[in-house]
Amino acid sequence: MNKYRINKTRFVDQTKTVSFTFDGKKYHGFEGDTLASALLSNGIHLIGRSFKYHRPRGIMSCGSEEPNAICQINDNTDLTEPNVRATEIELYEGLKAFSQNCWPSLNFDIGGINNLISPFIPAGFYYKTFMWPKSFWKKIYEPLIRLSAGLGKSPTQPDPDIYDHKHEHCDVLVIGGGISGIISAKIAAKNNLKTILIEDKNILGGSTIYQNNKNFIIDNQKSNEWLMNEISELEKLDNLIIKTRTSLAAFHNYNYLLAKENISDHLPLDKKNGSIRQRLWKIRADKVIVAAGAIERPLIFNNNDRPGIILANSVKKYLDFYGVSTGLNNIIFTNNDSAYETAVSLFEKGISVKIVDIRKKSSSNIVKNAEDLGIKIYWNSTVVNTFGYKKIKSIEIMNLSEDGSNVTGNKHKIQCDCLSISGGWTPMVHMHTQSGGKLDFREIDQVFVPNEKSENHINVGSCNGDFELEEIVKNTNYKVKKFLNINEGGFDKISVLCSKESEKKNIWLLPNTISESKTKSFIDFQNDSTAKDIKLALREGFKSIEHVKRYTTTGMATDQGKLSNMHALGIIADTAGVKMGTLGTTTFRPPFTPLTFGAIVGRSVGKFFDIVRKTSIHEWHVQNNAKFENVGQWKRPWYYPINNENLHEAVQRESKAARDSAGILDASTLGKIDIQGTDASEFLNRVYTNAWSKLGIGKCRYGLMLNEDGMVYDDGVTTRLGENHYLMTTTTGGAANVLSKLEDYLQTEWPELDVYLTSVTDHYSTASICGPNSKKILNKLFPNKDFSDEAFPHMSYQDAIIDKIECRIMRISFTGELSYEINVESKYGKSLWENCIAAGEEYKITPYGTETMHLLRAEKGFIIVGQDTDGTMTPIDLQMDWIVSKKKYDFIGKRSLYRSDTMREDRKQLVGLLTDDPNEILEEGAQIVSELDKKPVEMIGHVTSSYFSPNLNKSIALAVVKGGKKMNGQKLFVPMENKNINVTVSDFIFFDKENKRINA
Amino acid sequence: MFVINCPYCGERDQSEFSCGGEAHIVRPKQPTELSDDEWAEYLFMRKNIKGVQFERWNHAHGCRKWFNMVRDTSNDKIHAVYKMGEKPPVI
Repeated sequence: MNKYRINKTRFVDQTKTVSFTFDGKKYHGFEGDTLASALLSNGIHLIGRSFKYHRPRGIMSCGSEEPNAICQINDNTDLTEPNVRATEIELYEGLKAFSQNCWPSLNFDIGGINNLISPFIPAGFYYKTFMWPKSFWKKIYEPLIRLSAGLGKSPTQPDPDIYDHKHEHCDVLVIGGGISGIISAKIAAKNNLKTILIEDKNILGGSTIYQNNKNFIIDNQKSNEWLMNEISELEKLDNLIIKTRTSLAAFHNYNYLLAKENISDHLPLDKKNGSIRQRLWKIRADKVIVAAGAIERPLIFNNNDRPGIILANSVKKYLDFYGVSTGLNNIIFTNNDSAYETAVSLFEKGISVKIVDIRKKSSSNIVKNAEDLGIKIYWNSTVVNTFGYKKIKSIEIMNLSEDGSNVTGNKHKIQCDCLSISGGWTPMVHMHTQSGGKLDFREIDQVFVPNEKSENHINVGSCNGDFELEEIVKNTNYKVKKFLNINEGGFDKISVLCSKESEKKNIWLLPNTISESKTKSFIDFQNDSTAKDIKLALREGFKSIEHVKRYTTTGMATDQGKLSNMHALGIIADTAGVKMGTLGTTTFRPPFTPLTFGAIVGRSVGKFFDIVRKTSIHEWHVQNNAKFENVGQWKRPWYYPINNENLHEAVQRESKAARDSAGILDASTLGKIDIQGTDASEFLNRVYTNAWSKLGIGKCRYGLMLNEDGMVYDDGVTTRLGENHYLMTTTTGGAANVLSKLEDYLQTEWPELDVYLTSVTDHYSTASICGPNSKKILNKLFPNKDFSDEAFPHMSYQDAIIDKIECRIMRISFTGELSYEINVESKYGKSLWENCIAAGEEYKITPYGTETMHLLRAEKGFIIVGQDTDGTMTPIDLQMDWIVSKKKYDFIGKRSLYRSDTMREDRKQLVGLLTDDPNEILEEGAQIVSELDKKPVEMIGHVTSSYFSPNLNKSIALAVVKGGKKMNGQKLFVPMENKNINVTVSDFIFFDKENKRINA
Repeated sequence: MFVINCPYCGERDQSEFSCGGEAHIVRPKQPTELSDDEWAEYLFMRKNIKGVQFERWNHAHGCRKWFNMVRDTSNDKIHAVYKMGEKPPVI
């Protein structure tokens, strides 16, 4: 039995021992414990060191607001997880936890020296100090800061756990399983509404489940006992789903919510295996009831961060829920009544307790209860200092002046081993504001409460600013009935007796005798920012709360300022002399508590990360050793290395073969759009820059498509299959966008046109055969067909049959060679391909990939949209004036071609570049300059495509250069890291300028 | 994440749709007769209203139809959806 396990409760099963380690040492807790309660039961308060000053820190709370007790869990390189809150992780057999941010050990930490030099490292220290000398930043300052930055260690191996996503719909979603959430869920479910109740803890009940004081009575039972019965009633309801261990991560508009369910985090190691770890719920709810509760506020005084200083209600939870005493000699320091429940409870368990209260009196029942028990209360007093390095040992208190702005009288020292603090309560308005709701400031107890305007969500209970048991129960019943349009709630005749708080007093920063600059009154415990830092920021001119937050890092730690934001606001308001309500708050952003990356991505990892599109010929490419390249979602053969060839060697061989004999390319990925309708020709006239009306049936034409701003958008060959029937091809990557753009114009600008578009990209497979021997191969494949130039000229198409399978043959060329593209239904793609390979064998037909295709077209100066263009190139810039119709009245982008900007002569224009050294290959993307000595260096263009051409036996490149059209023959430079490369502007058609090979 | 009532398919999740910007900007019938400024007005100038805005939306992962939507950008409330060519409602 642990020394501090002084109480038996129904929530922790003290017959079931669970062993775990902390910093390598073995301890015992029980089933139902959290890591925090188990450590406390062993008398361990010191959990870690603070981020900046490396001060010893202990457990401060019992929930997601915990700023200090964050641990590294597990020491495997793949499963380890940093920054886990000890207050949230349920104890399991074999749990290994480690302290963070300390070296060489938790008890002796070198970084603690930061605490001694802290007067020299105020807010903004890094910004101010590491500015000069400038050269120090990269080599000295940054590496040093990085060494000491960050909390915990990241895993270094891929996450082996399984994560899941699930969509859910419901009539009513209730967030939070405390008393108001339970009442709401019961009203909703009993009225035939499909209801989901989510609760982040492992059991329902919130803080009322351990509210066992005689002053809080519902229907003649203590509130905790009444609630226990309600929970067992609730579990019997059919149309209610209760999800415990499930925390709300985000509340988006239209009642779309994300919640994370922990499925196996709490299981012993041997039972986790194979189980899903966490599930992200994507919930669309008709109505949402937020019952998120409130967080207890700390108090801000000098040295308020020592281990053993714990929020008062958490002390009560450890005692009455987990059965653990946080100390045996307790002092409670409060500004409100709620902490008196803790005091009474401690007293009843035989633990010594005294109370320090900043108020002058309180006449409520619970205070009277404490007074009757003889608990010593120091009224009108404040703590001015605390002592004890690794655990609190004593405190000093003084009296407050009349207005509370100062301290008076003598210091009085009191011994203790635990200081329970309570600064009142902050409603959790995060959900409300995430959904777009606004807040109002309530002066009387200095809280922000929801300003409810939405018809589809309400806030009930303490997150709505209702703190007294009676208002919680009665207001929840009333509000939920109204919200759900229900007459009978089931809680209409309930009787609630509770202690009522009459005296309220709030002091954001408690006064002290010593000057502020010498105190450490922590506001943000995890980021070590103090009241002094906030005041410094204000003195330095920061006014906006958002700026002060970023400068001091208050509220920017993993706890997102759940404990600190209100105090920061309060101190800013006090110091600046403005009303707190006028300051506003910082933005509450999702997620409410940190989400794992695993939960966010779910199953979309590995091969499920993205869709992979493969052509029907893919398997052949794999068998023939192809290396693949991703083009959009497509896997395209990049090159086919033989005998350990590298990319360069394979491409040189493939390129040579394609021009010397025959090459074959899988062109199935090109986008294909079937266009039909009586206005199909007119439609093409409007979307392409060139004219289409006179294209004969059975003919093909290259087309260039612009955006309305005149910039090249896509290109491809379109074939006229019939009077009112075309087949358009697009670039592989542009297919989906082109279709949606065409649909847009058809539906919105030209609805009068009779045109129908169908994507047929996946329906056809294409084998493209090129080279001087391609005609012979086609003859073998189609012995009955006449492939003479007269019968089947360039840029025409014919139907054919191969193995009883219909196919379309287009004689078109992207390489400048004699070339045919054979299209068949996709399911026959592979057999067509294999037939082509077999027929081409005697001509050593060579499969080639995208890299060779790019090289061959670059030799011919054919552009690739997206490589040689970037959304800022007009056809005129590309020296493609020939394709822009002068006769057509209009087409998409036409008017933009003669805007003053697009007509500038110094626009970047497409040119060829030849290196003076024919073996020097330029880097794609390299900048081009005309004068090396000019400063600053003027960059006049860049290289867009660059290859070593085996057919010309020299390096060639395409580039865009300002005013390049008129620069033929001019010498330019491509400056690289170690040298300047001399280049000459040339024609961008490098090979077969006369286009003879097309009919070779 | 809105729920959008596609005029052709009914209520669907926002992830099925894409927004096409301001609605009721008609492509000029005779672009060649416009000055640079007039053309730029059509091409580039878009309103970015805090409040009620008329927008084009496309049910991209559904029926692929374009339609118009009236949305209050300050609170994302959708006031109306209507088919292309239909008269905008008075909001």
